[in-house]
Amino acid sequence: MVTLEKIAWTSPDGDSILKGIDLTVKTGKLTVVTGPNGGGKTSLAKIMSGLVKPDSGRILLDGEDITDLSITERAKKGVAYAFQQPVRFKGLTVRDLLELAAGEKLAEERMCTLLGQVGLCARDYIDREVNASLSGGEIKRVEIATVLARKHMKLTIFDEPEAGIDLWSFAGLIDAFQELKEKAEGALLIISHQERILDIADEIVVIANGKVRVSGHKEVILPMLLADEKSGSCPLGKEMKR
Amino acid sequence: MNEITEEFLKLVADYQEKFKGAFSIRENGQCIGFQSTENIRIEPKENGQGIDIYISSNTKGETVNIPACVTHGNVNDVVYNDFHVEDGADVIIVAGCGVHADNEGEAIHNGIHRFFLGKGSHVLYKEKHVGTGTEGNKRIDPVTSIVQEADSVMEMDTLQISGVDHTLRKTDAVLKERAKLIIHERILTDGKEEANTDFKVDLVGEDSGVDLISRSVAKDHSKQHYRSVISGNTRCTGHSECDAILVGNGAVSAAPELFAGDIDAALIHEAAIGKIAGEQILKLCTLGLTEEEAEAKIIEGFLKG
Repeated sequence: MVTLEKIAWTSPDGDSILKGIDLTVKTGKLTVVTGPNGGGKTSLAKIMSGLVKPDSGRILLDGEDITDLSITERAKKGVAYAFQQPVRFKGLTVRDLLELAAGEKLAEERMCTLLGQVGLCARDYIDREVNASLSGGEIKRVEIATVLARKHMKLTIFDEPEAGIDLWSFAGLIDAFQELKEKAEGALLIISHQERILDIADEIVVIANGKVRVSGHKEVILPMLLADEKSGSCPLGKEMKR
Repeated sequence: MNEITEEFLKLVADYQEKFKGAFSIRENGQCIGFQSTENIRIEPKENGQGIDIYISSNTKGETVNIPACVTHGNVNDVVYNDFHVEDGADVIIVAGCGVHADNEGEAIHNGIHRFFLGKGSHVLYKEKHVGTGTEGNKRIDPVTSIVQEADSVMEMDTLQISGVDHTLRKTDAVLKERAKLIIHERILTDGKEEANTDFKVDLVGEDSGVDLISRSVAKDHSKQHYRSVISGNTRCTGHSECDAILVGNGAVSAAPELFAGDIDAALIHEAAIGKIAGEQILKLCTLGLTEEEAEAKIIEGFLKG
């Protein structure tokens, strides 16, 4: 379980991005974070994975305070993070990245399973460089596969995994997330705007303007979001009551 | 053969107690053994300053090893090796070079390799340079000169990973009709090493083409200078790409030059020099690597590709 307590962060430009976030991501559950663009969702994911240090507040991983731990230390404790905008590497291949993620050499069969989950054929991709020759959709799938390759995760974060993935491969991706959820190995957090991802959530959190606007069980939150979608506006003024 | 030579052969030439096929081993300025095969004839030059290698049209996928080693200081070895590749031959040439010096004077090896590729021939030329030992200036200044007849293909793969104090690598090539030249250069320098590369390619035959890819890493206080001149005087294609990563106080200069003397000459150059992108390190850290491990992996991949 991951608990965020009063997380606040100001960007280097001086903009107050996160304004005191309290949030719990439960083990064995899928929590989907959604909300308008620029609301602070990616900043929150970066704070959880250690890419960004909060100005104040605490992050607890199964009760242990990890706020001051580095990215590497958090990764070793079981935090995995799939970037919204994947990084390209001249020279490193898909195989290299998957093996670094798994921490061991991977058999062909395992590569096939991992890449198959994101809709790629291993034979065509394992020796490809993760460079500019891969399309936006391809590199996004590789990014997701590097996170699926990791083991014994306590918190797995996907930042807008649907971006750039075509409609035809989407079902496979949903299956992969369902499978992760069923393994119930750790807590799963997905940042997404996709209804099909919101639909498989256990919990939904709406973040807007640096705060948790509303959160709760999918059965409660999703109908609200969909109703608001019809009315053409965000659930404004529905700040979580504490 | 001395022990250092034997070690070098394992490093630069995948040597395991003996070579299969044709070879010639040079140690401290002298030929210490050579062997011809049915298709590949090796003849020492009369002045002892190198060898002529004759590769017959019947050669299909054979490998020739011609390693050269300098195993102590105060040696200045200059060798002239000429490769005569007959029409239609297909050959792999491995020219490893090792220099070693311990607390002595300069250990220098200058290999001047000339390639004459017959029509439709194919050469894969692998060149690997290493320097070992403590003090003493280790220097390698290879010269590669290539003349390619019509429809020939030359692939040149050069690798220099640390240990050589000073290199000046000069490569020039003349390409006739439909000839293709592909060069992959990979260099890592550290300490106070200096590496200079100088390419000059003349595309004189219609539809000839060159692809020149250089990847380098300059660490510590090392310096690298890259210069290339591709001239297209006919309908042809030329592409050069120079990517360099700086680590610490490394310095790299790149001076690519293109000359198009024909309306149908299509020439491109790409160059990028800079430190490792911070986000690359961050990504590998999220997979559990430390910053140092991430940097090493990124460099390893960069030089491998």
